[in-house]
Amino acid sequence: MSADNSTDFEPKIVGIFCNWCAYMAANLAGTARMLYPPNLRVIRVMCSGRIDPQFVFYAFKNGADGVLLAGCHHGDCHYIEGNVKCLRRYKLMKKILPQFGIEPERLRLEWISASEADKLRKVVGEFVEELKKLGPLGFRGVELEVVEAEKQVRI
Amino acid sequence: MKQKIAFYWCASCGGCEEAVVDLGEVILDIVEKVDIVFWPVAMDFKKEDVEALQDGEILASFINGAIRFSEHVEMVELLRRKSQLVFAFGACACFGGIPGLANACSTDELLKYVYEEAPTVENPDGVRPTPGYEVNGVKLGVPEFLERCKPLDEVIDVDYYIPGCPPSVNVIVDALNALLEGELPPKGSVIASQKSVCHECKLNATKPEKILLKSFKRVWEAEPEPDKCLLAQGFLCLGPVTRGGCGALCVKGNMPCTGCFGPLDGVMDYGAKALSYIASIIDSADEEEIEKILEKIPDPLGLFYKYSLPKSLLDGIRK
Ligand code: SF4
Ligand code: SF4
Ligand code: FES
Repeated sequence: MSADNSTDFEPKIVGIFCNWCAYMAANLAGTARMLYPPNLRVIRVMCSGRIDPQFVFYAFKNGADGVLLAGCHHGDCHYIEGNVKCLRRYKLMKKILPQFGIEPERLRLEWISASEADKLRKVVGEFVEELKKLGPLGFRGVELEVVEAEKQVRI
Repeated sequence: MKQKIAFYWCASCGGCEEAVVDLGEVILDIVEKVDIVFWPVAMDFKKEDVEALQDGEILASFINGAIRFSEHVEMVELLRRKSQLVFAFGACACFGGIPGLANACSTDELLKYVYEEAPTVENPDGVRPTPGYEVNGVKLGVPEFLERCKPLDEVIDVDYYIPGCPPSVNVIVDALNALLEGELPPKGSVIASQKSVCHECKLNATKPEKILLKSFKRVWEAEPEPDKCLLAQGFLCLGPVTRGGCGALCVKGNMPCTGCFGPLDGVMDYGAKALSYIASIIDSADEEEIEKILEKIPDPLGLFYKYSLPKSLLDGIRK
């Protein structure tokens, strides 16, 4: 994989967020007018237990440089153990990704409650930095539309 | 005049040919109804004979094996032109199959191993096959090695899929009957069951409603108890996510299903689904314990994509 160290590389991150926690946290960050890097595109699911590994692989195939999964903290999942299932799938996905030539660091799982807008901001910031170091993922799929206009946007 | 059919093999092991032979006397009923105009493994017709046919003159071609060489592309394009219908026959033609596992390595890694590093190879000059070579003014050539191993439908239009490694006799007979009686399902259909292998498995009655496992067993580590669902015993059986049609053949032989009939309808990526299912039945919520349990799956790609790597979403992603 070619590491592109040019400073203008803006990684594309697909976030797959649980409706009850991380997605709410993203909303909160928006209403609080917090600033965070615009590299994230969020997809909402009803529970992190709904995150099918197909979604993750599909995102990588179609141009994501990183995928961020987020669900409720342990014990807080609205469907009891959806987040635990997500954790198990995440661990196995981390194991298979290098076999496809994809660095496992490109997939990240975080527990973010509805009130943790600041944690979300921090996680996204860190992830962007990490992906910048890794450089773009070499892929043969279609490029996602890149919004280059603003480096920082309000959501 | 009798209708014409053809059989052809690309990158395959010969098992699919064997499966046709396994039809036994059924094949006699078939040749009553059709003429086999091309079948390299069993009959002495040449490429020229196929070229001499009118376009669309063959009713159906049954093509097995994955696409690995330029010659495969040439032959399947020819057969496509000459045939009204094309059936992808077997796991390799449908999903890439076992030869498709080569896609886990780069072309260079493959050639280096096969021509230089394999313990049985003696090749001090590092000679590699080249598509064209001239010796004493005579041009010699071998087919070109493609950069990836591909399923048939990446190269030509495919009308029907007959999965399996190899397809079981019953699905082959179903496909031939449907063809000869004009009762084919809609184009693009997979000719096998619409339900999972578990539905056909004699052990399904012993499969608990909810399976949770603290550890996985590999087949060489333990002998399965008879009459108890293999997955419930900890063996990595992929029956729940695999299309039925084989009658749970492997389980009958005390082996877990490895997924040769491929995904059920609506699944984009078989391996991702299989991975998802197996991960979800791990009986732990603790990160370290989960990792420990997963040590029993040292090669997830080989396990979950045994027959379908070229069809996976991520195949070829690394440059
Ligand atoms: S042994 Fe395998 S195919 Fe049979 S019921 Fe159990 S999981 Fe399904
Ligand atoms: S049990 Fe599974 S691996 Fe065995 S023949 Fe049937 S589908 Fe193929
Ligand atoms: S409801 Fe949030 S992870 Fe299940």
